[in-house]
Amino acid sequence: MSLLDIRDLHASVADIEILKGISLTVNAGEVHAIMGPNGSGKSTLAQVLAGHPAYEVTSGTATLDGADLLDMEAEERAHAGVFLAFQYPVEIPGVTNAYFLRIAYNEIRKARGLDELDPMDFLDLLEEKLKVVEWGPEIMERAVNFGFSGGEKKRNEILQMAVLEPKLAILDETDSGLDIDALRIVAAGVNKLKSAEKAIIVVTHYQRLLDFIIPDYVHVLAGGRIVKSGGKELALELEAKGYEWLTGATEEVTAR
Amino acid sequence: MMTTAALVTPSAAKGVVPVPITLPTSKDEEWRFTPLGGLNAFAFQLSERPGTLGGADLTPYRFGHPEWPTVVVVDGRVDLAASHFPALPAGTRLCSLAQAIAEGDTTVAAHLRQHVTPEATPFTALNASLSVDGVFFHVPAGVACATPVHVIHVATSASAGVTIAPRTLAVIEQGATATLIESFVALDHNGSYFTDACAELVLGENARLEHIRVQRESAAAHHIGFTQVDQQRDSHYRSFVLQLGGKLARHNLHARLNAANIETLLYGLYLTSGEQLVDNHTAIFHNEPHCNSWEVYKGVLTDASRAVFNGKVFVEPVAQKTDAKQTNRNLLLSDTAKVDTKPQLEIFADDVRCTHGATVGKLDELQRYYLQTRGIAGQTAQALLIWAFVAEVMLEITVEPVRAALEATVRERLDRMIA
Repeated sequence: MSLLDIRDLHASVADIEILKGISLTVNAGEVHAIMGPNGSGKSTLAQVLAGHPAYEVTSGTATLDGADLLDMEAEERAHAGVFLAFQYPVEIPGVTNAYFLRIAYNEIRKARGLDELDPMDFLDLLEEKLKVVEWGPEIMERAVNFGFSGGEKKRNEILQMAVLEPKLAILDETDSGLDIDALRIVAAGVNKLKSAEKAIIVVTHYQRLLDFIIPDYVHVLAGGRIVKSGGKELALELEAKGYEWLTGATEEVTAR
Repeated sequence: MMTTAALVTPSAAKGVVPVPITLPTSKDEEWRFTPLGGLNAFAFQLSERPGTLGGADLTPYRFGHPEWPTVVVVDGRVDLAASHFPALPAGTRLCSLAQAIAEGDTTVAAHLRQHVTPEATPFTALNASLSVDGVFFHVPAGVACATPVHVIHVATSASAGVTIAPRTLAVIEQGATATLIESFVALDHNGSYFTDACAELVLGENARLEHIRVQRESAAAHHIGFTQVDQQRDSHYRSFVLQLGGKLARHNLHARLNAANIETLLYGLYLTSGEQLVDNHTAIFHNEPHCNSWEVYKGVLTDASRAVFNGKVFVEPVAQKTDAKQTNRNLLLSDTAKVDTKPQLEIFADDVRCTHGATVGKLDELQRYYLQTRGIAGQTAQALLIWAFVAEVMLEITVEPVRAALEATVRERLDRMIA
C-alpha cells in the first residue's frame, strides 16, 4: 500500500476551483517535488492535505496508509503523521518554542496511546534535534516565530518537523526567501529526516532547492492539474526552459 | 489651614455611621456602561470592628520572599499582628496611615487628600468620609528601596453588607525608587461587601515607582477604586493592573504629568466570566512637553460578562513633543460577552505623536489552524492561544517572583474560563 494516494482531487476556495483533478501516489522512502508557476495550485494542494478549513474538497480522495485523510481534522492528520512546513509560519507571542514543541510532541504521543515525555526528557530530545538545524539552546526560550527573521522561521519549521518526526512531510516553499546558508541548513535538515518509512513532498517554485534535496520524482502543476511528471532531470529542464513550454503561459523564467 | 489629623481621625465612632451619597446613574457619561444599582445592597459605613485572620488565611495571596515588607489591612484597618515590617533603608517609612497622622507626620500633612480631593467623585468623597486607616509609604530623597512592599487588603465576614474604605498614600521623593504591590482579596469567595479604595501616589523629580495592583475580590463584591498618580520632572511610573474578581469592579487610574521628561507606562489585564462587569478608566494628563506615555490594556471575557474601557489622554497646548500611545485589545470567548471600549484623546498641542487602537475579537483562526497542524487542538490549543494573547502584558511585570505568581493565578483562572 502506498503511503499517500491522491485520486482525482478537486478543491475550491470561496467557490473558485483551484485543484482540478490531481492524482498522485507517494510511497514510503520517496521524495517528490511539486513545481509550477505562481497560482498553479501548489500551495493549495499542500494546505488541502494538511486540512486547512478554508479549502473545500469537492470531489476525489486522499488516503494516508489507506485511511481517509480528507475525513480527518487537521490535528488528526498531524496525529496520523502528516506535517506541513508553512510557507508563512505563524507567530505565537508569549509561548516559548520549548513549551510549544513539548505540547505538540506530547499531544501527538497521547493521540497514539503513548506516554507523554516529561519536561526533562523532552529537553534531552530537543538538544539532539537542535543539531539538525545547527541551532543553540537560546532559540528555545524565544516565543514561537515571534520576531524571527524569514530564514529563522523556516529553520524553525524544520526543527518542528525534526521533533515531530512525521511520516509524510510537506514543505510548502520552504526555500523561498532563504539565503544560501539558510537554504543549506534547511535542506540538510530535510535530508536527515529521509528514511525508508517516511516520504517528503517538496513544493517549490525554484529548482535551486533541488540541488540540495534530490527528488525521486518531479511533478509540474499548472492550472490545478499535474501537467508533467518525471525524474529529477525534469527540474533541470524546467530551469533551462521555464514553465511556458508546459503551460503555454508567458511567465518569466523564474528559476535562477 | 485645616490639619490633616482633623480630616482623618481614627476614632471608634468614625466611619461606622452611615454616610448618605448620591449614586451616579447611566446618564452620567463616566458611568454610562457601569450600572451601580447593585450598590444599594450595601450600607455605606464601615464594619464596627475588623474581622480576625486565621494563621494561614493569607497564604494563597502572599507572593515574593517572606522577608518582603507586608502590610495587611483587614476590613480597612491595618492589622499589625498580621503585617511584617522588616528594616527598610534609612528614612523610609512604611506604616499605618492612622498612626502616621496621629504622630503628626509632616509628609502626610503635605500630601494626604491633596492629590485626590474628596470632591473628585462621589466615591472619593465616600472614602474620605469613612476611611479611618490605610497605608503610608514614604521613601525619602535619593533612597533606593529595593525590596517590594506588598499591601494586602483583606475583606472578612465582618464587612458583609457594609463598606471597606482603605486609603493609601505613597510618596517617593526626588531620586528615590520603590516598588508597591497592592492586593485586594477576600477570605470568603462569595462574601458580599463593597470596597471603596483610594490611593495617592506621588513621584518627585527623577523618582521611579513600580506599581502592581491586583484586584481579586470575592465573586459577590463590588469594588470601586481610584488611583491618582502625580509625577514630577524626569520621573518614571510603571503600573500593572490585574482585575480578576468582583461582581462589579471599577478602577480609575489617573496620572498627571506635571513637568517635562516624564515616562508613564500603564499595563492592564482583566479576565471576566459569569455576569461580572469589570471597568477600567484611565486618564493621562500631559501637562508639560517631552513626556511619554504608553498604555496597553487587554481583556479576556467569557459567558455573559462585560468589560468597559475608557482611556483618556489630554495633551495641553504647552505639551509639545508628547509621545502617547494607547492600546486596548479584547478577546471574546463567548457570543454573549460584551465590551464597551472608548479611547478618548483630547489633543491641544500640534507637535505631538498620539496614537490609539481598540479591538474586540475572537481567537485568531490562522493561529488555531497552525496549532492543529502541530497536533494541538481543543482546550489545549485554546489555553495556549489565550496565553499568547495575554502574554504581551503579563511579561511587563518586572518584579520576578510576583510575575511568576501572577502568571500561575492567571493561567489557573483562564483554565477555569475555558473548562
